[in-house]
Amino acid sequence: MSTALKEWPLWEIFVRSKQGLEHKHCGSLHAADAAQALDMARDVYTRRQEGVSIWVVESKAITASNPDEKGELFDPAADKIYRHPTFYDIPDEVGHM
Amino acid sequence: MRAAIDYLLHLADNALVLGQRNAEWCGHGPILEEDIALSNVSLDLIGQARLLYQLVARLKGGNTSEDKLAYFRDAHQFRNYTLLELPHHGPLSGYAHSSMDYGTTIVRNFLYSALMALLWEALEKSADAELAAIAAKSLKEVRYHLRHSRDWLVRLGDGTDESHARAQAAVDHLFPYTAEFWADSPAEEAAIKAGVGVDLQTLKADWNAIVDAAFAEATLQRPTVAGYVPEGKLGRHSEHLGFLLAEMQSLARAHPNGNW
Amino acid sequence: MYTQSFNVPDSPGGKPVPLAPSLEDPVLQAAFDARIDADGRIEPQDWMPEAYRKTLIRQISQHAHSEIVGMLPEGNWISRAPSLKRKAILIAKVQDEGGHGLYLYSAAETLGTSRDQMLEGLHSGRAKYSSIFNYPTLTWADVGVIGWLVDGAAIMNQIPLCRCSYGPYARAMVRVCKEESFHQRQGYEALLEMMTGTEEQKAMVQDAVNRWWWKCLAMFGPPDADSPNSAQGMRWGIKRVSNDELRQKFVDATVPQAKVLGVTLPDRDLKWNEERQHHDYGAIDWDEFWATVNGNGPCNKERLATRVKAHNEGQWVRDAALAHARKQQERKMKEAA
Ligand SMILES: [Fe+2]
Ligand SMILES: [Fe+2]
Repeated sequence: MSTALKEWPLWEIFVRSKQGLEHKHCGSLHAADAAQALDMARDVYTRRQEGVSIWVVESKAITASNPDEKGELFDPAADKIYRHPTFYDIPDEVGHM
Repeated sequence: MRAAIDYLLHLADNALVLGQRNAEWCGHGPILEEDIALSNVSLDLIGQARLLYQLVARLKGGNTSEDKLAYFRDAHQFRNYTLLELPHHGPLSGYAHSSMDYGTTIVRNFLYSALMALLWEALEKSADAELAAIAAKSLKEVRYHLRHSRDWLVRLGDGTDESHARAQAAVDHLFPYTAEFWADSPAEEAAIKAGVGVDLQTLKADWNAIVDAAFAEATLQRPTVAGYVPEGKLGRHSEHLGFLLAEMQSLARAHPNGNW
Repeated sequence: MYTQSFNVPDSPGGKPVPLAPSLEDPVLQAAFDARIDADGRIEPQDWMPEAYRKTLIRQISQHAHSEIVGMLPEGNWISRAPSLKRKAILIAKVQDEGGHGLYLYSAAETLGTSRDQMLEGLHSGRAKYSSIFNYPTLTWADVGVIGWLVDGAAIMNQIPLCRCSYGPYARAMVRVCKEESFHQRQGYEALLEMMTGTEEQKAMVQDAVNRWWWKCLAMFGPPDADSPNSAQGMRWGIKRVSNDELRQKFVDATVPQAKVLGVTLPDRDLKWNEERQHHDYGAIDWDEFWATVNGNGPCNKERLATRVKAHNEGQWVRDAALAHARKQQERKMKEAA
């Protein structure tokens, strides 16, 4: 009667470990739909109180940057040292700024 | 306090026996994610049983302990609903064997969780403060069990022809056992009188509403119930509890003076 | 975990064979090598040599299979656990192993395989898993000894894998290692408790140690001299410490623990070597090890058949969830239209 339909889709799981912190990717799992993915993420990834909030995203919905383009994407930021506070010399007597 | 003890044992035995049954899936679930989910349900139930047995042990005093209560009472001393001791498959005699059926597991967890979500909530106002505290903790757990089993009930009922047929068969098999929820027992009556327990009749309409809504969503038929009313909570069980306890208690009883 | 230095080929009947050198784009290969040499991490989208990808898929999936099959020997005692506390601990422990399998299958899936494909490999008998789980758990003490020794050996094997060159595998191992720490301790503590009990209980513990000790030593895999792929694994940063080194570390760590517990380890040649500053130990029966790896141990057939049964009997459940999800989506689309 039952012909195998196919594998359940894969979901990426993001867990907020504490109120005030960001959601962090913690792994993935298989689930038939989003609601089930949430429940299963709760059972799989928060058994030791690792989380207070969960996001699930179907893995195929994620677009990743191409590692071959790493140079043009990320290297140009390397010489913008003036974006960092340590670039600026402030006299000691000013104190913390 | 006698009244409270029998009532607490009824609640504890419910949790232990169903926890024991659900744990049978550990390592054999239909998919890894679900294996893990069902183990969590089992752990919650065994945790509830332990708190309740510990409370009974304190009330009884002497050398009673949670493990004495779990491992050294016989079937006729267990006060759980008959529904909870049945194997995970359709109706078969005690010593007959069959593969586990997830539909049976889900339908039972749903019927019981729907009741306990109401009962634990009501027991939060129990005159027994310790029981009220256990109820508050258990309520959170059972709400998740209800959500888990209800979602699956709908999936199975709505899913494929095969899953629908299996879910309906499980409903037909198990639903009649819920008649025991509404039957009187001396332990419950005494506990209600003492303000410790809750009259299930006051929860019946809500339980019906939860069940009917879920069945409608799952396109499952609610069978009519007539005739036999199980009496597990009076200590008169099915043929299955004896086997469950024989297995569960075997090691502890083989070494009654052992340290674990 | 339970990798026994997974250099074991999946095809039946063989001892390890050296990997053939691959013909790959030299520029990409050089960049890959440089990153490995700099102790960098390889991520799913990065270019990697085909042999690296294949070796990782095999190693991670074997590791995952081991976690899943490893649920069975201990699961055997859940229903009979002698106290409610131990029952809860054991369920949580076996459940954790399921979680480890899940994390690892997920890590392997980033390499372009699917869980179904990996399970097919396991169920058809092609894929290997740690041979330690092909031995029976005969008494409750086996549960304690598995926690103490098998998980103990596993932890030794896994900690270096947290620094594995493949990012998703390394991250999965970090999570696994965090959870494993309770496994060994609960096992050891259960044994300590039994050793305060009756004579029968003490005998039960000693008997379990006797049956599992040599199997645990074999878990670290064949001697370095007989592990042709170890060098490649080391080069690739997917194996960090050699089999013999880990085994020695395990023996040295276990001897004092056995003493505290009050059991003896069943090896007459086991003694401290002042010169080496390590314990010497006796010869492992590698013929028995390979017989078990190749399917002829006491429980291979039972373990595999049990996994196949659970998977097959779960098919209608998985199908139902998928069918329901599709119907729901169709209903939503109809509503929107
Ligand atoms: Fe593990
Ligand atoms: Fe473990």
